[in-house]
Amino acid sequence: MSEAAPLQGYAFTLSGEALIARGSGALYWPAQRTLCVSDLHLGKSERIARRGGSALPPYETQDTLQRLEEEIDALAPDQVICLGDSFDDAAAAGALDGPTLIWLQRLQAGREWIWIEGNHDPGPVGLGGTHLADMSKPPLSFRHIAQTTATGEISGHYHPKAAIKRTGGRARPSFLIDSARVIMPAFGTYTGGLHSHGSVLGSLMGRSAIAVLTGPVARAIPMPR
Amino acid sequence: MRSLPETFSNWFASHGWQVHPHQQEMLERADDPALLLIAPTGGGKTLAGFLPTLIDLANHPHDGLHTLYISPLKALAADIRRNLETPVAEMALPIRIEDRTGDTPSSRKRRQRADPPHILLTTPESLALLMSYDDAPRMFAGLKRVVVDEIHALAESKRGDQLMLALARLERLCPGLRRVGLSATVEDPPALAGFLARHPDPCHILMADPGPAPDIRMLHTETPPPWSGGGGVYAIPDVLEQIRQHRITLIFHNTRAQAEIFFHNLWLANDDGLPIGIHHGSLDKVQRDRVERAMVQGRLRAVVCTGSLDLGIDWGDVDLVIQVGAPKNVKRLVQRIGRANHRYNAPSKALLVPANRFEVVECEAALEAVVAADLDGDPRGPGPRDVLCQHILIAACAGPFAAEDLFDEVRTAGPYADLARNEFDACLDYCATGGYALRAYDQWQRLKQAPDGRWHLRDPRASQLIRMNIGTIQDTDTLKVRLKRGGGKPLGEVEESFATSLTPGDTFLIGGRIVRYESLREMTVEVSRDGGRKPKVAVFSGTKFATSTQLSQRILRMFQQDSWPELPRHTSQWLSLQREVSRLPEPGRLLVESFPHDGRMHVCIYGFAGRNAMQTLGLLLTKRMEELGLAPLGFVSTDYATLIWGLEEVLDPTALFDPVALRNGLDGWLAGNAVMKRTFRGAATIAGLIQRNTPSTRKSGRQATFSSDILYDTLLKYDPNHLLMEITRQEAMRGLVDFGRIVEMTQRVAGRIDHLRLERVSPLAAPLFMEIGKVPIEGEGRARLEAQEAERLMQEAGLV
Repeated sequence: MSEAAPLQGYAFTLSGEALIARGSGALYWPAQRTLCVSDLHLGKSERIARRGGSALPPYETQDTLQRLEEEIDALAPDQVICLGDSFDDAAAAGALDGPTLIWLQRLQAGREWIWIEGNHDPGPVGLGGTHLADMSKPPLSFRHIAQTTATGEISGHYHPKAAIKRTGGRARPSFLIDSARVIMPAFGTYTGGLHSHGSVLGSLMGRSAIAVLTGPVARAIPMPR
Repeated sequence: MRSLPETFSNWFASHGWQVHPHQQEMLERADDPALLLIAPTGGGKTLAGFLPTLIDLANHPHDGLHTLYISPLKALAADIRRNLETPVAEMALPIRIEDRTGDTPSSRKRRQRADPPHILLTTPESLALLMSYDDAPRMFAGLKRVVVDEIHALAESKRGDQLMLALARLERLCPGLRRVGLSATVEDPPALAGFLARHPDPCHILMADPGPAPDIRMLHTETPPPWSGGGGVYAIPDVLEQIRQHRITLIFHNTRAQAEIFFHNLWLANDDGLPIGIHHGSLDKVQRDRVERAMVQGRLRAVVCTGSLDLGIDWGDVDLVIQVGAPKNVKRLVQRIGRANHRYNAPSKALLVPANRFEVVECEAALEAVVAADLDGDPRGPGPRDVLCQHILIAACAGPFAAEDLFDEVRTAGPYADLARNEFDACLDYCATGGYALRAYDQWQRLKQAPDGRWHLRDPRASQLIRMNIGTIQDTDTLKVRLKRGGGKPLGEVEESFATSLTPGDTFLIGGRIVRYESLREMTVEVSRDGGRKPKVAVFSGTKFATSTQLSQRILRMFQQDSWPELPRHTSQWLSLQREVSRLPEPGRLLVESFPHDGRMHVCIYGFAGRNAMQTLGLLLTKRMEELGLAPLGFVSTDYATLIWGLEEVLDPTALFDPVALRNGLDGWLAGNAVMKRTFRGAATIAGLIQRNTPSTRKSGRQATFSSDILYDTLLKYDPNHLLMEITRQEAMRGLVDFGRIVEMTQRVAGRIDHLRLERVSPLAAPLFMEIGKVPIEGEGRARLEAQEAERLMQEAGLV
């Protein structure tokens, strides 16, 4: 990465650390060369089919990995943190086909890879990398579900989304950011979302929280409540 | 020459009737392999179709099925059975007549398969289902005649294609089968004859006396029509006066929503308490039945209705038809007018009520077309392949088949006469494997080839799913509406997209009453009565017809007149003003106006290609504008124009209409659009890629949309040449996408674009600002606005 090219995205600080919320829905920590993504939900269609729901082709796993690869290519991180619910369930992780496993290994090659556990994938997945319940990397900490008392915390789980109402724009997956925490949008394809004006997110986030909408340009607005 | 047997001539005489010439000729040509009768409503058409059958059965006792009657409506099958039973009983003929539709109890259906009646009245779907059983050869053994009623209506949809494939099958089981088609007035009888007949058999066309010319005019109203909108509510006092002056009036509307709004307002103004009912396809069957009965018994003075009353059934003594809103299509108008004076040799009386100023012009053009008997209609393309896929699966349910035999058989169906072997093989391959991208999934691997080369179901249990999926009727996903209290009385149905737009407390119209949305429980919208006088949400979507090419061209020609004495003053003045400040659109040229308004640049394109095509054009042009950096923000379309607004002015419209770029837009960007996905969904359901929603499946329509959209995205990305993607692109030339008419427009215009830069909105463009259905565009323009808005919000919140 050339030093002259400024990193695209919304730049902000959390506990004094400079971070970038990318339009893709990934979070980048340049000082540590750490890339963080949340809620990949790999194998979602496979799980729905297994439970007898309507059969969706499994191509959404490829789509999610494709976008993840683009971020890794663009940023060349030393460390990748997947912030939980990386797999739709433990069986989905086991059911990934050969080419997908090789693809994952290629992405993991030459960098540290952390799987933080989420409510969908609580156990180890046996796909390389390190498996952790949560991770402290002072002054920041990474876990799947936000804790109300934490500070400098990066979490996922809620799949937040928000919209710029006045221009009639649609709700887009969004980062929610305040002085204590970042709640990440879901990176996975075909994952639903929770409006930031829901009561859970409203009570988690401080008064001056902002929402950073993902899209071609990451755009910050006061968090809609 | 065959004469009428004595029993029959006595029976005619006892009623004081005479045999119509066309009924006599039908009898003389009873042995023709195929025969098409074109007769106006009330011309004794049905009896003409059945006379040869009745006479044959009267003279020659017959075991089992003799004649199959197919109608597009279940209700029509039951109605015809009642009508036939009268002469059969009065002449004491030894003939058993039964109907068989989705409503027939299953015990009787089983009995009909074991012991069929002489005359079976049914629908294309019920016939297709019968053909899927392995005992079909036994049931149809001895069948001699098939009567297809309202064939003009069937031929306009895939139901007709499916029926012709079923007849091709029947022909093999019963060689020498005679086919009779009964049709209302159509624009191209030979094409319809080719559709009906076994290819390449000839098909004689019998034209009955069309009767006296209709008495048809525009309704003169005290209040001039509004500038936009489609309800015709302004004309209510004048319509009520017409109802008072006639015995029974049918008031046709183009959409269910408009029928509801009109009916509601009619009741508010109905001070005399005239008995008026409403009838449309979204109402609960019990309610529709009640209105139908009341009409037949003559207890109603008027019925507000939609296309649900377009077909066959005799509704009693209707003496006036009112069409509210421009008829959009001259052929349908003529057929509707025929509903009045449902008796031979009496002129039909009809009134047109234009819903807005532009429709005044359109109604006048339609009147002239009716007088000139200039009917419109687009030639049908080749038989759709999704229907063929379903037919192949149905054939496999009935038993193993050889590909060559089925191919030969399919090619005897008129719509499939030109089917190429490789097209057939592609359909067969899809039925067998699901296609390349889906080959890994068991559920789509349905056929297997036996060592003898014949194809059969891989898993016989699949036949149940295939049977459940039979049919080609495109039902939009609807939700039932019930009263929450009062025993959960069913009121009707609304489209799911409408139901999801409601929030508790919203009020809307259904069945002429205002209800309040309470909650959505499983697949039911629960509502309560609401005493309010004004519904908050007045519209639920319904079919939107596009104005036909022929009618659009007639309007463009009318614009070229020096003056318009035939039009009301308010409308002719409006056109004169347009000519003064801008110009009027011309045939063979394309008028494009651009002007600033309300801080945005606007461009208005008078394409006259019909609503669906103009909508697609809006999508394609805004995409082109996006590429050219013109920052479009949104557009709205009507049958005659598309209005686009954005941040930059269009200086060179020629660049927008490059046919190659438009075509690329359709193949590329538009491919991901919701209209294409809806088109795909229809084809995918018919071809059996996804299952039709049935009450027994718990999944909601929205989930079905979800998975069909995902299948579409997947195929688009990984298998763009999948058979169903090809079918989708072919269908996109007509119907919802209607790209064919955009192509036709660009060819007609051939680069002759008149671009006028105006200082303000032109008279012809003004009504477009009041149109509903504006489509926002997500692009550079909105991003610029969003950036400004985001900055403003952040500053206001003190966060920068």
